[in-house]
Amino acid sequence: MNNRSHTPFIRTVKISERSSNDILKIRIAAFVLALTAGGLFILLLGFNPLKLYGTIISGAFRSKMAFQATVKFMIPLLMSSLGVSIAFKMRFWNIGAEGQIIVGAVCASYFALFHDNWPHFLLLIVMFAAGAIGGGLWGLIPAYFKSKYDTNETLFTLMLNYIALHIITYLRDGPWKDPGSSGFPKIARFTANAQIDKVLGVHFGWIIALILVVIVFIYLKYTKHGYEISVVGESKSTARYAGMDVKKIILRTMIISGGICGITGMIQAAGSDMTLASSVAGGVGFTAIIVSWLAYLNPFGILLVSFLFSILDKGSSVMQSTYGLSTYFASVLQGIILFFILGCEFFIRYKFVLTKKGGK
Amino acid sequence: MLKTIDNYAIELKGITKSFGKVIANEDVNLGIKYGEILALLGENGSGKTTLMNILSGIYYADEGTIFIDGNEVFITNPHEAIKLGIGMIHQHFKLVEVFSAMDNIVLGTKGRYVKNSALKEKILEMSNKFGLEIEPDKKVYNMSVSEKQTIEIMKVLYRGAKILILDEPTSVLTPQETEKLFVILRRMKEQGNAIIIITHKLHEVLAISDRVAILRKGKVVDTVNTRETNEKQLTELMVGRPISLEIKRPETSRKKTVLKVVDLSVVNEDGTIGLNNINFKLKSGEILGVAGVAGSGQRELCETIAGLMHPKTGAVLYNKENIIGKTPDEIINLGISMSFVPEDRLGMGLVGSMDMIDNMLLKSYKKNKGFIIDKKPSKQLAEELVDKLSITTPNVETPVRMLSGGNVQKVLLGREIESEPNVLITAYPVRGLDINSSYIIYDLLNEQKKKNVAILFIGEDLDVLLELSDRIMVLCHGELMGLVDAKNTTKEEVGLMMAGRKMEGVDSDE
Repeated sequence: MNNRSHTPFIRTVKISERSSNDILKIRIAAFVLALTAGGLFILLLGFNPLKLYGTIISGAFRSKMAFQATVKFMIPLLMSSLGVSIAFKMRFWNIGAEGQIIVGAVCASYFALFHDNWPHFLLLIVMFAAGAIGGGLWGLIPAYFKSKYDTNETLFTLMLNYIALHIITYLRDGPWKDPGSSGFPKIARFTANAQIDKVLGVHFGWIIALILVVIVFIYLKYTKHGYEISVVGESKSTARYAGMDVKKIILRTMIISGGICGITGMIQAAGSDMTLASSVAGGVGFTAIIVSWLAYLNPFGILLVSFLFSILDKGSSVMQSTYGLSTYFASVLQGIILFFILGCEFFIRYKFVLTKKGGK
Repeated sequence: MLKTIDNYAIELKGITKSFGKVIANEDVNLGIKYGEILALLGENGSGKTTLMNILSGIYYADEGTIFIDGNEVFITNPHEAIKLGIGMIHQHFKLVEVFSAMDNIVLGTKGRYVKNSALKEKILEMSNKFGLEIEPDKKVYNMSVSEKQTIEIMKVLYRGAKILILDEPTSVLTPQETEKLFVILRRMKEQGNAIIIITHKLHEVLAISDRVAILRKGKVVDTVNTRETNEKQLTELMVGRPISLEIKRPETSRKKTVLKVVDLSVVNEDGTIGLNNINFKLKSGEILGVAGVAGSGQRELCETIAGLMHPKTGAVLYNKENIIGKTPDEIINLGISMSFVPEDRLGMGLVGSMDMIDNMLLKSYKKNKGFIIDKKPSKQLAEELVDKLSITTPNVETPVRMLSGGNVQKVLLGREIESEPNVLITAYPVRGLDINSSYIIYDLLNEQKKKNVAILFIGEDLDVLLELSDRIMVLCHGELMGLVDAKNTTKEEVGLMMAGRKMEGVDSDE
């Protein structure tokens, strides 16, 4: 039969339901495959993959200090992921976490630099609030234009990142330039009064981050606001039909989303950098997008995923220095792992079917 | 290839198709000859559309074989289907609005390389052959629904289809337009085409088809000759048991005007007229039917009363209070409930990814005191509805997107009724529903009517409107064509008004 050649041998079929058990198996398989592929890459470069992987793990956990550093990596990632996930739940593509982190840090830094004579905890609380308000307002701008003129929030939030970044550069080279740096453009180090205290060896941002996980979880799942966010995300016309004020919800949600990112900036500046550096966000706002989708916007999932990401981050930096590898080596490895983890989502939704012979 | 009348154009043998655990088609055997119209009849979810999607290359059967002109074929994609001479006319048109009729017809074929005048001639020649009325240069956005459908039919004919599949083609047409379509279909049949028509309107099946294949739960339960059957037998075959086809119209007393629409005019966002100077009264304890072809102003009427659209002029008086300018929220709180079932059935009233419990909350979540939502009452309500309306669902935690169309609509209407409204506006509540579910919905509406609720029922099926409503108002292009007593009017009269003939002085208002 000449038509036989048109028979598809492999087809993709959409799966409506996979048991959670199957999904877990697929994820584990993807992880193993990712390590294998990454291992082949390492082999190609002439290293022992097992040893390198061992270094990553031990690099993240080998000592108390290493573990503390891992946690420090995690805090901004976790917090900003929580922030963007709230916007994503509403299908508002907030790509502007970077900018919101930066503006939050800038606003907090104002008080750290110019009001460091205030009582310690009052100062921290004011900085905290300033960070939240700064980030929130930075998130409000694209939300306002979205709700009023239906502008594209993806481009809008993205562009605001660069504006925020250059605000820091401007402050660093101009009004906030450290007079004691003998001409070198940098912003002064925060005094101890404006620094976040340490709890168990890490600045207490980790406590705030963990509290936020719980708060965001409850907020999205059990509150009226959370319910409204889900409905608006699913269908704006349904939301209107149910009597919701869609514009108000978009504005409010973006203030919260940006506000959490702004807090991240404050904590990063006052807890980790101890100054306002242009690298205060350092790409975390972008990684947060991947983290929150990998976790399906579930706050506890975000906690887990961002922890795994920090292990990879911290571990790879140790690996780099131990083996004298290029800084990009770890990025390639991370890319390979991400490729498999994200790719396996396809197999959760679809399966391949081999065509049986015609008449069976 | 010689085609005698006894050759099967298409023959299906043992077709089985499942989605996950759901079996959509099981061991389906079916044949259709050239020069024949086969009606495919079945309730919702009986597998009609799946079967036709297999034929048109959208799905691929798990098991079974398809023969065309006696040769085994493998239809792996829609292109393959077209090459084999199978053309599908979908329920929702797939046309490029800004293109002309001609451009739409040749879109995706090599037709565009032909000279314009030659192409036009070819199209006109083909349309004459089948009795289609086509103006090749007319833009689609200037066309009526029935004209668009003609283009869809021409599209598949142009591609050389000998076997046509029409998926619920009459749902968007007036009775007169339907009759016109049937003339075209008969003409095509005479030209030797094989035609499969999917529908759930029994009188149409009897009017147009030669044979009827009845599907139930994915299987072909019977194939009967149209000449030897009747509505009653077809219903029994389709549902699986005898069922009464009579719609009740209970009488109520205590009728008083609750909603009065005065000089209402609405302009759509794109500047077109949505409603033009509409006046009518809606009374408690009555069902006021709204007839009209799709897009005659039904959506605008619903949305304006619900506060989602702002009219240009006019007023909507609810117990003498003008509700224009109130927010949707305030209108819901007055006891005016609106449920609009759009074409995709989920669109407005329900959130597909949410479960029944969360969907119950949609209009009532604000009544929760404080910040946290208490989900217990809505869970209880969801479970009650499942019982009362026999909604088929694994549990109330299943996303409503996973439910079949009929069950989705029961969830929607059930929720609206449970909110104990004074005015119930319901648009297309039985859209695409099977007979059984439709009757449950009619009963629900009648029950509300007996409770003295004022009901505005926007319907598609004229027969149903005539039997269920107390009065019928007819819309055409946003204008009120007339308001008639449902007991004293005829299908023809309403049909003429739907097509734009105004009935002066006919108003059974008092």
